[in-house]
Amino acid sequence: MGEAVAYEWKPVKGFALSGIFWGLVSVLIGLFISVQLWKPELNIPPYLTYGRLRTVHVNGLVFGFAIGEIFALSYYMVQRLTKRALMFPKLAMVQLYIFNVAIAAAAVSLLAGMNRGKEFAELEWPLNIGVVILWVMFAVIVVATILKRKEEQMYISLWFMLSTVVAVAVLYIVNHLSIPVSLTKSYSLFSGGNDANIEWWYGHNAVAFIFTTPILGMFYYFLPKATGMPIYSHRLSIVAFWSLIFAYLWTGAHHLIYSPLPDWIQTVAIAFTVFMIAPSWASVFNGYYTVGADWSKMKSNYLTKFFILGITFYGLQTLQGPLQGFRVVNQIVHFTDWVPGHVHMGTMGWVAMIISASLYYVIPSVYNTTVYSEKLANLHFWLVLVGQMIFSVSMWILGIQQGVMWKAISPEDGSLTYTFMESVLVSYPYWQVRTVGGLLFFIGLCVFAYNLVMTIKNANKAVAVEGR
Amino acid sequence: MSIYKKPIVLTVLITVVILIGTVVMMVFPLFSSETQPKMASLKPYTALQLAGRDVYIENGCYYCHSQMIRPLKAEVMRYGEYSKAGEFAYDQPFLWGSKRKGPDLARIGGKYSDKWHYKHMTDPRKLFQGSNMPAYGWLAEQTINAKDMENSMKALGFPYTKDDIEALKDKSKLDAVIAYLQCLGTSVDKKPKQPLIAAGDKNPLLADAKAIEEGKKVYEMNCAACHGIDAKGDVGPDLTDNEWLYVPGPIQDDTLFSIIADGTKKDQEFEHRKAKGGMPSWGEFFGKKKIWSVVSYIRSLESK
Repeated sequence: MGEAVAYEWKPVKGFALSGIFWGLVSVLIGLFISVQLWKPELNIPPYLTYGRLRTVHVNGLVFGFAIGEIFALSYYMVQRLTKRALMFPKLAMVQLYIFNVAIAAAAVSLLAGMNRGKEFAELEWPLNIGVVILWVMFAVIVVATILKRKEEQMYISLWFMLSTVVAVAVLYIVNHLSIPVSLTKSYSLFSGGNDANIEWWYGHNAVAFIFTTPILGMFYYFLPKATGMPIYSHRLSIVAFWSLIFAYLWTGAHHLIYSPLPDWIQTVAIAFTVFMIAPSWASVFNGYYTVGADWSKMKSNYLTKFFILGITFYGLQTLQGPLQGFRVVNQIVHFTDWVPGHVHMGTMGWVAMIISASLYYVIPSVYNTTVYSEKLANLHFWLVLVGQMIFSVSMWILGIQQGVMWKAISPEDGSLTYTFMESVLVSYPYWQVRTVGGLLFFIGLCVFAYNLVMTIKNANKAVAVEGR
Repeated sequence: MSIYKKPIVLTVLITVVILIGTVVMMVFPLFSSETQPKMASLKPYTALQLAGRDVYIENGCYYCHSQMIRPLKAEVMRYGEYSKAGEFAYDQPFLWGSKRKGPDLARIGGKYSDKWHYKHMTDPRKLFQGSNMPAYGWLAEQTINAKDMENSMKALGFPYTKDDIEALKDKSKLDAVIAYLQCLGTSVDKKPKQPLIAAGDKNPLLADAKAIEEGKKVYEMNCAACHGIDAKGDVGPDLTDNEWLYVPGPIQDDTLFSIIADGTKKDQEFEHRKAKGGMPSWGEFFGKKKIWSVVSYIRSLESK
């Protein structure tokens, strides 16, 4: 035992709880808009219409939940891995307040219809500046802490953190370049095909550097921590890291297959998309072989199954993605409900699974206690797993059905077999099933939040008793 | 010396690795003319159309409606000529979309009348039973800020006159979004179609009970939206009386067929009658057999 380090846990706690709050709100909105799809009477103009609430759902989960938890868990990992207290802890607390105000302002502005018209980049320019400021604060704190580290060797989670800091900055700034006309309205600096290409270079790499690299960083840190088993191969993780961050930036145009974008861009993007299977599965194998040293941990350690199922959905996601990239598959599934099925396997099955497992580890650690109930954690696990599977599988089946109906041509006289409305009418039962899946997932999240709140309550009680 | 002990070197390396793909796939195409040609027939948006485009974005229409027709057979048949790179030079941002909960709108301009759009926006389920489109009639009560629109036209460098801006003051957001929809895809010529039948052809399925049943189904899914579920007329005329194109007296089978297959244009002549325009074309959608079935169904209503 060396000298005890006085770690700064306040920002970790603040971001962790804020992220959970925004996550709960945004998933609840997702649940509501899933009902609006099969009950259009629930659109309440102007603020509570599908076209506005969907934006809040997505932005709330990307910026409020995912980025909130990325801040929380990065601030935890960076202190542990550098064996020193966080640099500029007061700045981190200021950042926490700005973060919550910005997310609330973002939600209100989106409901009011302030929208730039680009997916995951809807927020208007004053808020964009706010996001950049928050990100610069994050970069300063993380980089400064790493520079002043007490442990010379940097673990892989820190490399993932640094790549996230750099890439998100570049992506976000370029895709948000705008011509402002008032405080609440701006137009994209780019037009048509260029705007489309930049948007999906950004959009797909938001998946890379918000939903993948930080989450892999958590996976490589918290899996060994929670299970007590070392990562199977450090060499494999080095290869995975560099090839992943190299190849990801080439793939964005696979969102624009059969679009007016030049063919070479589409084809190169498809080729790199297929290549991406290699680095993604390197991490999957690394996870499997790590726990493979003792599979009984799946039963004896309640967190192991979160990590293993999470990395499994990451693996399935990174097989399904390249499959969708092939032109012959893309022409069936693109524009259909297959796509939300795909997205939600990644977000509900991989991102949320790893983040919640990491929080089950971090919250007791920073509050110096144990988790309130492993039983409830198991219940949470099964609810979110089953909820996500119902969601994804129903949407995959529906997507194929829609795609085939849209393509069907009558062999008799070469006319189209189905009208668009007919493809809507067959969708209703699937959309209703999806709502059931979403409801289970939401209940699972509530169990999770309750479990963490009770953990914290118990810890505070213990402190009070000690203090007496 | 390991780079994993040198954070600055590592960060620089990471940045370089990330920028390689970025430069090839994003920066280079940005400065290449093949990514963004401009069609000679493409016109910038008018002030009203741009206001409508803003309304379209504000309400997230682009999450459910794409504006990008892929060069695939069924897609071109359903929506029209596939999207060309040169059509989008004035689109800031692009609105190709990523999901179709509703149909593609890239060629919606001119397909239906304004009157149809007002009706559809106000009560989508009256025109399409089972539609899940939210109602947008409330846009009629929202006004456009003319001053803001002038700034927008200036910022985007689109030509406008003082009168264009003045005219916005009497327009609602609903007027604007419909004006926008009506200009979509109109810079591309609609290709002339091969007629499906020859002049003078008779309906081979006339009074065929099975065809009437089939025609009724096709009618209810597609035609009832404008002509009413009882075919007594709504946006489009009554189909059960003995009036055709607003003139009493019978009309030939092949004429009825071509009106359904090719649609009508204003003042287009059919058997010495003048059309008002507004009937969309259904030929590629239905094919010969379904159109004859609809003709049989309409004839069966007439004789009642």
